[in-house]
Amino acid sequence: MSTAVRTTEEIAARVKALEALMIEKGVMTTEAVDRLADIYENEVGPQLGAGVVAKAWTDPEFKARLLQNATEACAGLGIGGLQGEDMVVVENTDTVHNVITCTLCSCYPWPVLGLPPNWYKGPAYRSRIVREPRKVLSEDFGLDVPDSVEVRVWDSSSEMRYWVLPQRPAGTEGLDEKALAALVTRDSMIGTGAPKAA
Amino acid sequence: MNGVHDLGGTDGLGAVVAPATEPVWHHEWEKAAFALFATNFRAGLFGVDAFRWGIEQMPPAEYLTSGYYEHWVHTAEHYAFKAGLFDEAELDARTQFFLDNPDAPMPDTKDPDLLAFVDAAVKHGAPAKRESDNVAKYKVGDTVRVIDDAPRGHTRKARYVRGKTGVITLAHGTFIYPDSAGNGGGDAPEHVYTVRFTNSELWGAEAAERNGVVHFDVWEPYITPASSAGAPA
Repeated sequence: MSTAVRTTEEIAARVKALEALMIEKGVMTTEAVDRLADIYENEVGPQLGAGVVAKAWTDPEFKARLLQNATEACAGLGIGGLQGEDMVVVENTDTVHNVITCTLCSCYPWPVLGLPPNWYKGPAYRSRIVREPRKVLSEDFGLDVPDSVEVRVWDSSSEMRYWVLPQRPAGTEGLDEKALAALVTRDSMIGTGAPKAA
Repeated sequence: MNGVHDLGGTDGLGAVVAPATEPVWHHEWEKAAFALFATNFRAGLFGVDAFRWGIEQMPPAEYLTSGYYEHWVHTAEHYAFKAGLFDEAELDARTQFFLDNPDAPMPDTKDPDLLAFVDAAVKHGAPAKRESDNVAKYKVGDTVRVIDDAPRGHTRKARYVRGKTGVITLAHGTFIYPDSAGNGGGDAPEHVYTVRFTNSELWGAEAAERNGVVHFDVWEPYITPASSAGAPA
């Protein structure tokens, strides 16, 4: 059954078998599985990146440090770790729109965005976003980037993990950091969406 | 390896289907599949580069049609067999057992050290940066060309940048070299640079979208000075 397309029951049984054998060999425990699943379901997710973005929108000194060295700036907020050991934040402006991908596997900045959505890991996005990013953003994500704005794609081929500092939405001058963080979407930090309007 | 995993620029794979929201876990089994990465890393079964190389050796049609965590299952099996933890016949037999007994319980063992490792790994990660005496041959602003070859084994030199000329925009220091570590070798640290390619350099003037660039990270052995490679200035 190594090459056939598997049913959900077959893959579930295969993974149980693998898990059981790994447990018997002292490599895994069910507690470790539960702990990891809980961390990435309930603790590490895009709300962390959203907080960083909101802070950058309200604190120019922090924003400068974030763009200079994202790993250190995030570490100062207690954010970092697995698959974000070396992070780079790229800034959207009136003339530049950034978008991240990993064409060779599915590299993604886990400490700030959590685990990637399925589409980020799938062949369609990974193949097309480097070749026709404007078309993908427009047709598949409903995000039209004017021709006057340069589209910069970041293919995470090394262990550097890139993510996007989106532009602060208009009309949010009166909002505090917490209210601003609620506007920051996961996709706006991937570069496939915009923050919510105020 | 010139594998199907190297997807950049491949045509014909359809639309991106991106639901507005989706759960972190789509199936219960994904949790155990996800835990394979950190726990098997701790057991010394692979580093991240070897982990990717295991995935790259999947049958290509299966790679394209299976879910992402099935890729992880495939590479974990690959390295467990290689290490002699168990063999495919044992795994097949145990799979049949769980098909026949889907509610059979998992072995109940405790390992506080593993839990502590998990917490530390999530928080601190496993940095790939390595000290090295290697002096950087390039600097930000240099124009370089990606060597146009087709190495066997694991590499991060994607096909769509091979032979292409770009400008270094960031220099990151020295990191584990995947073309060594992913193929059973040592860390062999090399300098990593971000190279900016214009769309027209990558796809030709006719096919390229307007006003755009792609940044791609390279290890120093992937590149040569553009002038010596005979590329246009």
